Parts: sequence; C-alpha cells; structure tokens
Amino acid sequence: MLTIGVDIGSVGTKAVLFDGDIVDRHLEPTGWNPSEAGHRAMESLLKRNSLSPGRIDRVVSTGYGRKSFVEVDKAVTEITCHARGAHFMDPEIRTVLDIGGQDSKVILLDDQGRVLDFMMNDKCAAGTGRFLQVMATLLEYPIEEFGAVDPDGEMQKISSMCTVFAESEVVSHLAKGISKNAVALGLLESVAVRASSMLGRMGVKPVVGFTGGVSRCPSLVSLLEGQLNCDVRTYGDSHYAGALGSALIASEL
Amino acid sequence: MKSVSRIDELLADVEAHLKDGVLQVKEASEKGRPIVGTYCTFAPWELITAAGAIPATLCARGEDPITAAEEHLPRNLCPLIKSSYGYALTDKCPYFHFCDMVIAESTCDGKKKMYELMSRMKPLHLMMLPQTAEGDVARSAWRSELDRLKARLEDAFSVTIDDEAISKRIALRNRERMALNSLWELSRLDPPAITGREQFLISEYCEFHFHKEELVPWLGNLVYQIREAYDQGERRVGKDAPRILITGCPLGGAQKVIHAIEDAGAVVVCYENCGGVKELGFLVDEDRPPMEALTDKYLNVGCSVMTPNTSRMDNLKNLIESYNVDGVVEVVLQACHTYAVETYEVRELVRSTGRPYMSVETDYSKSDIGQLATRIGAFLEML
Ligand code: SF4
Ligand code: SF4
Repeated sequence: MLTIGVDIGSVGTKAVLFDGDIVDRHLEPTGWNPSEAGHRAMESLLKRNSLSPGRIDRVVSTGYGRKSFVEVDKAVTEITCHARGAHFMDPEIRTVLDIGGQDSKVILLDDQGRVLDFMMNDKCAAGTGRFLQVMATLLEYPIEEFGAVDPDGEMQKISSMCTVFAESEVVSHLAKGISKNAVALGLLESVAVRASSMLGRMGVKPVVGFTGGVSRCPSLVSLLEGQLNCDVRTYGDSHYAGALGSALIASEL
Repeated sequence: MKSVSRIDELLADVEAHLKDGVLQVKEASEKGRPIVGTYCTFAPWELITAAGAIPATLCARGEDPITAAEEHLPRNLCPLIKSSYGYALTDKCPYFHFCDMVIAESTCDGKKKMYELMSRMKPLHLMMLPQTAEGDVARSAWRSELDRLKARLEDAFSVTIDDEAISKRIALRNRERMALNSLWELSRLDPPAITGREQFLISEYCEFHFHKEELVPWLGNLVYQIREAYDQGERRVGKDAPRILITGCPLGGAQKVIHAIEDAGAVVVCYENCGGVKELGFLVDEDRPPMEALTDKYLNVGCSVMTPNTSRMDNLKNLIESYNVDGVVEVVLQACHTYAVETYEVRELVRSTGRPYMSVETDYSKSDIGQLATRIGAFLEML
C-alpha cells in the first residue's frame, strides 16, 4: 500500500511518501495558501517518483492547514500524528517534546505510539523557533551557529520570556559589554527552562524524543539534558514526524 | 421516517423566540414591575420574585464591550467580569438598562472589586458570601445575608415578603428545575436525543424567559415531543460520538468550546457549569421553613470560590457516572484563579474514574479558535 501524509504547518508544509517505510519526503514553504502548498508538496513527491495520482491509496493531512486541504481521506490533528511519527522513528520514545516555528508541545505516549496525554503552549511565541530566530537575527548569528554555541561557556541569564521584552533585555546586556556568546547561551537556557517546566508538569517518562525544527540546536539539547537529568534523543528526520505519522495513519485506515 | 425532522422544527421555533426576553423585560418595566439584575448563581431567584420583581441574568456573554471595560479594569481579568462591566458601562445590555437594582455577590476577588465600580451606575446590593459552605458560622452568616437581602428588597420596592410568597416561588422554581432536568436527561440516552449545542440553546432560552408559569408547561411539552420523535427513530447524534461532560467557569461567552467539541464529532451530554446543573440541578426543600431551605440550597452551590468545594466534586462524580461520559473537558476563563487552581483536583477526580480529562484556558475572543480545534480534536482522538 502506498500512502502520503501531508503536514501543513504555519511555516512549512511537509509530505511523506510511505509504503510501510519512508520512500521519499518533501518540504516546501506553506506561503499564504495552505491547500495550494499541500497540492504542491504532493505533486512533487509524485513527480519525483514517477507516480500517477491513482497509484496512491490514501492521503491523510495534519497541521494547522489540515482542514483546508480537502482531497484527503481524513484530517487528523498534529498531536496524534506527531505521536505516531515519533513512535515510528524510535519505538522507545515515551515523551515527545516538539518545538516548532510557532508552538511547542509535550506528548506522552504508550508503547504503541498512542497519545496518553498532551500539552500545548499558549498563543505567544515564547520559547519557540520564532523566538530563537528573532534572537539570532538580533545577535547577528546564522541560526546554525546560534544553536551550537558552547553550552559550557559563560552564560548571561535572561529573565524575560516574552519575545519583545527579551529583545530589549538582550540589547541592554550587549550595551553593558557582555559577550554575544554568553547572551546566546542565556537565551537557549531560557528556552530549555521553559521546555523542561512544561515537561515537568506532564511528568517526564524516558525515553524523551525531541522533534520539530528547534531540535536541531545541539546546545539546546545538552542544556535540556542538564535540566532534566536524562538523555534527550534527536532525529535527523524529526521535522517530518507529523507527515510521517499521517502517512502511517493513512496506511491503517 | 418523516421528510422534515420534527426536532428541527421544534428547535427552529425556540431559536425564533430567543430574543423575546428583552421584550418581556421592557414591557414589565414599562408597567412598573421592578427589574433586578443578577450576576451569579448565588442570587436567590425565589426571594427576588417574591418581592414582585423580575430577576434578569446579567452575566455577560459578548466580547464587544471588553475594550471599553479595560479603560477602568485591568486587562488580565477574567473576560466575564470585563464583559459584564463593559455592558453596564456602555449601556449596551438592555437587561442592565432596565434594571432598578443589581444584586452582587462577594464571590471571586475580581468580581467583588468590579462591583464597587459598578455601584456608581446602579443601586447595588452586595451579598456577603462566606468563603466556605461548611460549619454553623458560615451557615448563619449566609442565613442573615438572605435576611438582609429580603429587607433591602422590601425597602426598595415597598413590599413585604412573607413566607407564603417565598414558598410559592420555591415551588414554581422547583418545577422549572425539574423540567430542565428532564431536558438534560435527554442526553442520558445513547445516543443523546439532541446535541449539546441544542441543549444549550434551549436552556439559554429558558434562562431569559420571565413568565415561568408559561415556560414550565411549554418546556415539559417540548421535552415530551423531542422524546417522542426520538422514540420514533429520529437520530441527530451518531451512535459512536464520544460523550463529553463540560465543567468549569460559566460558558456564556465561551460557547466556541461547545462548537469545537461537536464539530470534531463528539457530543456534549452534560454541563456542570452555572446555568447548567450546578444550581438548577438541585431542588429547594419544600418541606422546610422557606428561608432556611433557601439558605442551604444556595450555600451549597458548587462554586470554586468556596473552600473546600466539596459539593462540586461530589456532583461531578455522580454526573460522570450517570451520563456515562467518555471524557471531561474543563473550561477555564483566562485569569480565573479559583477555577484554574481547582483543575488539579478535578483532573485527579476524573482520572480516578479512568476517564481522560483536559482543561482549556480561553476567553471570549475568536483568536484561539484554530488552537482550540487542534487541542480538542487531539483529545477526542485519544478516546
Ligand atoms: S462560577 Fe461561581 S462566581 Fe461564577 S457565576 Fe457561578 S456561582 Fe457565581
Ligand atoms: S469565571 Fe472565575 S474569575 Fe470570572 S467571575 Fe467567575 S469565578 Fe470570577
């Protein structure tokens, strides 16, 4: 059976072609028209693999644009899809921490990848990829370097979580001559603290799997491990977890 | 099966008359009947009506006047308080407009401080609510608050309220409560006879219908007809729709939560909120001296402003069982501390019954509709 899972996020649209395993994946900016982005992502997958649309048995959509994309067999929320996708990537995961562009979530799983409980952040962008991006730009770091500052270096604590207030705090630290590295580390630490308090409220069960775009910040990962006192696993394909989960669900419909 | 749904017809009729309450209040006011605004379930309906007045619920539901309210009130206050105050301030609520007096209760801190400001606009009577429903001290304090309210009403409207008048009102209100209970029980059926949205609509209609002598038989008949259509096979809710109980803060301005639940394929079968079974599910004892019976009845409203709030927990447990619910969704209005803190206990209670629980924090705006759909959708996918 051949299925496609499409995860239409607020920033990026991810699609996975699946036949019991990942055949191919595709990422594309969502832009202003989520259903259009869903189509483009599917078409790219089909074209690249020389498939006609008729060859696909089922399609499941997820993400914030899931309902606008109508040519699907089912729309499933990103919580359920992430859980299934994460479980497929690593069946040992019992807690998923997912930090994406605009939101973050913690999901507890059972040994089948079913959701036991979950929590999402509130409306603001504090502690998400967006927050880190704004701060990296402010500090004139390429995002990769920002996410890889030495976690054992000197650290300047940042007390505001609000993007706007943190920005002015950063500016004032820099004006006092505090090093960019120390400030960057403080910002990452504040994200780690926020994430670990969310994890704490849900009750962390090992193994913790970290997914979403922000999981590609190695220094954040080690700060988190310090906070939680346990291993935090990351995965190369982790930003496809939602699309992968939907493809998987599609294959079981 | 009939081609036109019988229940659709019945509901269309209710919807068409939803706004009649405003006219009823206007007419009554023009005829010289005093109108008394109430904000909370603790306001004893029976005493107000025994004074010959019409009690109108003012607990506001709209987002519009919140901006105006924020000129006087802090922004991070519960939307219910801001909306209530905003409607009063901007004179956009017809019920408030016609009020001769407002009854306030010292419930949560936000509300009681807001009332101080509101007292500049209307004659306002504050009932001092004890912080607990337990013990003789609290009970006798609440008992004397009922006396104080009675005296105030008598004085304001130049009437005397005797026990007989109160007893009559107790009997009438009890009949309405029983009729409402029979409406809610339509959702004990599997699948329920009507959706949670429809149930909410009907109970809102009842809340703003001020001729209870007419309302009670009408409601009885409505329930009877719905039941009849159901027995003849009319189904509005799918057999597999998960059955959800909603609890927490008053839902008035946060009905989007009901919509999110039902749009995702579940059905709300029970409301443990003000306006739902929290007050109206319990009768006043008609065999006791009326003021005594009223004291006990209202003191035991399971509101989170009480410490401890034992009656809410007991009631919740019963409702979860008797409505055979599959999951519980708690609604917390932004900045409502008492309900927000109580979610911990509610979560424990619900989980002890082996059912999933979720709390959602929201306000009266539309800004979180997408997020609500995801949260609630994911919760339902868990069931
Ligand atoms: S929740 Fe409590 S304070 Fe609010 S209306 Fe109900 S009884 Fe009153
Ligand atoms: S919802 Fe909470 S904060 Fe708002 S009025 Fe009721 S008890 Fe007070």
